Amino acid sequence: MDYRDLNLTGSSSPHIRTKDGTGHIMGEVMLAMVPALGFAVYNFGWRALVNTAVSILACCGFEWLYRAAMKKNNTVPDLSAAVTGMLIAFVCPVTIPYWILIIGDCFAIVIVKQLFGGIGKNFLNPALAARAFMLSWAGAMTNWVCPRASVPIWGAVDAATAATPMSYLHANNLAGLTETYSLGDMFVGVIGGSMGEVSALCLLLGGLFLLYRKVITWCIPVSYIGTVAVLTFIFPRGNDPVTWMLYNLLGGGLMLGAFFMATDYVTSPVSKRGQAIFGVGCGLITVFIRYFGSYNEGVCYAILLMNLTVWLIDRNVKPSRFGVTKAAKSKEKEAAAK
Amino acid sequence: MAQAFFGGIHPNDMKAATNKKPIEKLPPPARVVIPMSMHIGAPCKPCVKKGDQVTVGQMVGEAAAFVSAPVHASISGTVVAVEPRIHFNGLPVMSVVIENDFNDTPCPEAVPPENPDSLTVEQLTDIVRKSGIVGMGGATFPTSVKISSGLGKVDTVIINGSECEPYITSDHRYMLEYPEEIIGGVKLLAKIFGVDKVHIAVEANKQNAADLLRLKVEEEKAPAVVDVLHCRYPQGAEKQLCQSITGRQVPPGGLPAAIGCAVFNVVTTAAIYRAVYLGKPVTHRVVTVSGSGVNEPKNLLCPIGTPIRELLDACGGVKKETFKIMMGGPMMGHVQYDMEAPIGKGTNAILAFAGDEERTEEYPACIRCGKCVSVCPMHLQPVFMYQYERAGKLEELEKANVLDCIECGACTYICPGRLHLVQTFRTGKQKIMNARAAAKAAAEAAAKAAEAK
Repeated sequence: MDYRDLNLTGSSSPHIRTKDGTGHIMGEVMLAMVPALGFAVYNFGWRALVNTAVSILACCGFEWLYRAAMKKNNTVPDLSAAVTGMLIAFVCPVTIPYWILIIGDCFAIVIVKQLFGGIGKNFLNPALAARAFMLSWAGAMTNWVCPRASVPIWGAVDAATAATPMSYLHANNLAGLTETYSLGDMFVGVIGGSMGEVSALCLLLGGLFLLYRKVITWCIPVSYIGTVAVLTFIFPRGNDPVTWMLYNLLGGGLMLGAFFMATDYVTSPVSKRGQAIFGVGCGLITVFIRYFGSYNEGVCYAILLMNLTVWLIDRNVKPSRFGVTKAAKSKEKEAAAK
Repeated sequence: MAQAFFGGIHPNDMKAATNKKPIEKLPPPARVVIPMSMHIGAPCKPCVKKGDQVTVGQMVGEAAAFVSAPVHASISGTVVAVEPRIHFNGLPVMSVVIENDFNDTPCPEAVPPENPDSLTVEQLTDIVRKSGIVGMGGATFPTSVKISSGLGKVDTVIINGSECEPYITSDHRYMLEYPEEIIGGVKLLAKIFGVDKVHIAVEANKQNAADLLRLKVEEEKAPAVVDVLHCRYPQGAEKQLCQSITGRQVPPGGLPAAIGCAVFNVVTTAAIYRAVYLGKPVTHRVVTVSGSGVNEPKNLLCPIGTPIRELLDACGGVKKETFKIMMGGPMMGHVQYDMEAPIGKGTNAILAFAGDEERTEEYPACIRCGKCVSVCPMHLQPVFMYQYERAGKLEELEKANVLDCIECGACTYICPGRLHLVQTFRTGKQKIMNARAAAKAAAEAAAKAAEAK
């Protein structure tokens, strides 16, 4: 056989690569959010699904539009824009007008992500930055309907609204909260709140799937949730630290934040030790805002603030150099002393 | 067993294609091309000329320096050329071309010493040197140099049978089919270094080889213990293997001897036995021919210097979709363009790919996932090293310890953004070395100028 007929390519090693590319990983993240989406549909009706679809399409559209306008390669297939779109829908109330949602998508993709160079270059989590920006429409962003309310897909929303668990906690009204929502309701998610944040159970399932598939490591979720748990247990408001702690863990955006937002690759440290520090920082700021802030939820701002410290953590948390063990270091010191 | 090294990856080992196939003898090739450089160190000087008759095991290239290893004829016949020929490094290298007379006449000088059991360490080292033995796992460092530079420092001798690269089964088959040679070599190494327990390290996907070696160690009462290690690439890298067995880390820029370790590949160990007890220099080796492009994967015993073409032909040729042919494993092997290039002493595999193994992207993009950091067995941070190199920040790159990189490719394998990480570090290392050389030359020139004044 004549091997000169083959169309051979050349490159330096390695010659094999894992199957799990960026698009694959982002696809798994979206898959992990499907249970929470399903529960949102159960809790708030089909509008939850429409919101998510609109947001994903808008994000992909803005991504494609910007890349095409700037004559850059199309990055829609890596699915990172789709994940951002899904997350933005998740952190909004189900009643959010579509136009506000689309403006938020545009802000996330164009301003937060693409203007800094696209995937991997943004220093803030696009979905959370968009949420912070969308709070300019404070009324629309805090219009919490009751669980199991029927929200029309189109037209005026006149469903009954209710206080979220976070507002009870912010008002130090643990007794009122336990009367309104049982711990079981909190865990399963039959409560008011942002459409994708309500079900701790579904989010935990998704988070465990991501851990199992090694998409995320345990460092950030455990250190984040752990820090919130410890702080709320040590400094309870009321005389039942365990109940106070559990309501704090299950309420608000903590589960979504800890498993899906703080673990965003681009805006978290690269090393495991760095990720643990990052998670503890998120936990501290979250509790601080919940206790002392004028706004009743701190997850979004906590993660955004910690995003800003990632460069600092990465610069200072480095693995020990191979071959420079403690024993070798002390030997060196001895030699220097001599 | 055993401490673990940090990081590493778990690629599909793909060894099932050949790990049950016994070693086959390659049909004798019509001619072989024996390069004068198949090792780390100075190239050999040809010591035969065109028209000479040579025999199997006759020296055709003599070592020109201390760090070098002589080369020997792998077939008998006539020298038809002594000239630069295409080498598996892609460049022409001085080679001795031998036309086969198909008699396989053994070299009359290649006879064992009379009393191999009573040789001194110096005599043993000398035999290893004269037999042209180099690290046959692929690194090809002259074994005699490793022995003489390790004497007196080494307290742990490790026999490397981990064969952690996917596809390759040549060491595995060798352990299964020639365990006596390996145990014989183990005894010699124990004697040379004066240790009473040699570690034989085998990865868990070769359990049958580990069991067999254990049995032989018991039967022969050899001073050895078989350690079964987790399957994790790069388990067989010298520094990582030392860490797995002893828990010690080789200091930056150092050799295993610095922490009292010496690592020898299983086939190298067998070659030491063959040299001392059979008087045979390194003339043949087992090569795995495998990969999705190969029609009939095999383990072949080949004369060194056989063109790659002959090996592929013996395996039924390759599929026409084949887009890449390489020598060595898929993680650290070298791409081959010209199938006339010969196999060398360190060639453990010839692979041909015709599937979707490569998975490159036209526009690689880092997503800062940190997977490269979590797999780097040298505790490096590839994500930042990549940025430094691309930005031309050589000082930062050097501070990030890029020179510690062993180029195992784990970071590149795992990268979901499909960055060319290790390729970039090779370039960066070269740039740093060039800058150092330039600075040194400038300093010397300045010193000379000052002297002249």
